[in-house]
Amino acid sequence: MHLDLNSIWYVLVGVLFTGYAMLDGFDLGIGALHLFTRKDEERRLMLNSIGPVWDGNEVWLVTGGGALFAAFPNVYATAFSGFYFALFLLLASLIFRAVAIEFRSKRPERWWRQMWDVSFAAGSVLSSLLIGVALGNIAWGVPVDANGEFAGTFLGLLKPYSLLVGVTTVGLFMMHGAIYGVMKTEGELHDKLRVWARRSIIFFVICAVTLTMATLLFVPHLAPLVRENPWLFSVAVANMLAIANVPREFQQGRDGRAFLSSCAAIVTLMVLFALNSFPNLIYSLPNPEHSLTIYNAASSPKTLGIMLVIAGIGLPVVLAYTVSVYWIFRGKVKLDKMSY
Amino acid sequence: MDVLTLSRVQFGATISFHYIYPPLSIGLGVMLVLMEGWWLKTGKPVYHQSARYWTKVFALTFAMGVATGIVMEFEFGTNWATYSRFVGDVFGSALAAEGIFAFFLEAGFLAVLLFGWDKVGPRLHFFSTCMVCLGAHFSAVWIVVANSWMQTPAGYHLVGEGIKARAEITDFWQMVLNPSTVIRLFHTLCGAWSAGAFLVISISAWYLLKKTHREFARASLEAGLAVALAASLLQAVTGHTSAKTVAKHQPAKLAAFEGLYQTTSNAPLTVAGWVDEKHERTSGLRIPGMLSFLAHGDFHAPVTGLREFRPADRPPVTASFFFFHGMVGIGLTLIGIALLGFWGLREGMLDDRRWILWVLVFSVLGPQAANQLGWFAAEVGRQPWLVYGLMRTPEGLSAVVKANAVLGSLILFTFIYFLLFAVFIYLLNDKIQHGPDDADLVLSGKLALPTRE
Repeated sequence: MHLDLNSIWYVLVGVLFTGYAMLDGFDLGIGALHLFTRKDEERRLMLNSIGPVWDGNEVWLVTGGGALFAAFPNVYATAFSGFYFALFLLLASLIFRAVAIEFRSKRPERWWRQMWDVSFAAGSVLSSLLIGVALGNIAWGVPVDANGEFAGTFLGLLKPYSLLVGVTTVGLFMMHGAIYGVMKTEGELHDKLRVWARRSIIFFVICAVTLTMATLLFVPHLAPLVRENPWLFSVAVANMLAIANVPREFQQGRDGRAFLSSCAAIVTLMVLFALNSFPNLIYSLPNPEHSLTIYNAASSPKTLGIMLVIAGIGLPVVLAYTVSVYWIFRGKVKLDKMSY
Repeated sequence: MDVLTLSRVQFGATISFHYIYPPLSIGLGVMLVLMEGWWLKTGKPVYHQSARYWTKVFALTFAMGVATGIVMEFEFGTNWATYSRFVGDVFGSALAAEGIFAFFLEAGFLAVLLFGWDKVGPRLHFFSTCMVCLGAHFSAVWIVVANSWMQTPAGYHLVGEGIKARAEITDFWQMVLNPSTVIRLFHTLCGAWSAGAFLVISISAWYLLKKTHREFARASLEAGLAVALAASLLQAVTGHTSAKTVAKHQPAKLAAFEGLYQTTSNAPLTVAGWVDEKHERTSGLRIPGMLSFLAHGDFHAPVTGLREFRPADRPPVTASFFFFHGMVGIGLTLIGIALLGFWGLREGMLDDRRWILWVLVFSVLGPQAANQLGWFAAEVGRQPWLVYGLMRTPEGLSAVVKANAVLGSLILFTFIYFLLFAVFIYLLNDKIQHGPDDADLVLSGKLALPTRE
């Protein structure tokens, strides 16, 4: 891999989507766990544990989408028009979820809160599932025609492999969210979350193992790639170690470290995914010569260069105040009159 | 219906619905900075109470803006894929900048603005408020840059042919500062300031009518009227300059705004009237020579008429005419309303002349209507072009998307938008009924400012 502008932007878009998975991952996970408790106060505590940060987390997706449009307009155009229905479903679930967070605690009536609680949970699960399904399709390959347009159907996107990636993503985010929740709460809810976290870890590990086997056995173009680049194994091993370290730290009550391991698991998964795809952004199956790559789908070098300057100025600032916000809102969550 | 019509309806509906909220966030952002700043300066608790109350309203509009805004970003790709390929290289940098500079700034500091009142000191909180306000303004900058490039493209060259053709950037600053960017940005921002200010005015006037929260309402009303008057006056100035830019760079659009068919020197300004498209005639109340003067600064300068353009290159005339005149009419009325409010406030007679308060209560609809009509005029007036002179609207569609899919998403999102709007109105009403919190008048802990003698 020689480092030209196109490769740099492949990495940067990857960084943005990885940031999204790592950050919004835990608040989507909190959403997926939301209905497990029936107590109103506990639901509020869970909501408020992500209260100050979920919005900023979602910006990573918006910016990732923007960066994809900017750096690789052909991929953005093909993927978004090709995955039309799936994307509108994702949008609908993200909207319902966002609105539910804002609106649920604004009225005391039971039916009102229950309605938004269900929206929040369903929106979170569906968003995670769809994001996973999209990744699964990109890893597997989708039909692309000679003009670089998507040539498949919506139902064609729901193949067993991509659904498996979807379910694994839900499991991963639930685990990630539960551990985050354990860190942010105390008392009874804390103990409950501990139980849920343990169960989600088991669920995710089962999914991850199944997915790894399915990938090795069934994804046709990956085997030769790994055979030619044996060092890819080291990333896979790092990923497995990160995953295995999550239950180890968690059992010993080192929640912070367990959360970091969970972050590392997400990062290594994304790295693995990115290395396997490179230099394709949309791998075309059955006609690999139609694949959209970081070269035939990119903006001009001039634009990539300008954007690199913008990102170079902007990203450090973004990181600095993202860290500050997490610092200001550190510690256990408490309810007050500004809470959701 | 065909894919083109459905996709246009869908994009129009998405952006119109979205555009209810960002102007409110931008305008309220300014109001928040003023109120919190004034609180820090004077130490009067009523301004703290105001800042707290309007922050809650701001949070509501912001949440709606984010939720509806993501849809817009996605729809470029879902429905207008060919257009996205064509403009991607040019818009790329603007959109990336919007994400990095505007969205992160807003979302990051919003957390402190909403939840950090007693977690950080007052000065750091005020700084966060300023950053949120700045972020909201930044997002307007980049999106107006992108849209202005579609009106008056600059700093690019065309590469490739047929469906592979695209515009590539040659000069970043020429692209950003294309001929219409700066003036359209100011015009858009004035509209946004008005939207926020008149919302504050409306709710405050309502409290005065109901004779509750009087001190709070007066303080908010004063601040609201000051911003509203400044914004609506500036709106007229920027509107005039913007029209001159249109006359120079998009003559067909200006001709459609004014329903002018024949190129004439001493061209008349139609104050109010109607267009007869069949006979290519416009009738109504007209001021001779005024259009020539406003567009070119000379009563005898010729103004290009629609007949200079092939019918296939003309925008829809009646629609452009009414959107434009509607916007101008409402904009000028808003100046009058702001003056009326000021006059009532200065003379201290708002309690006796309740009709003034009623006018102020309903004034909130004015900027909303004018903002919508203004954008309708700008976008319909650009037709039949998607990118002026370079790409026609039907050419921008996604190649693979079928009418049924668009119809499905349109129905789904129409339903979602009605639901969202109902919830928004319900919660806004809830906040208005609840009113400002009197506990915010008693300041303790980190909020207690050093008293001033």
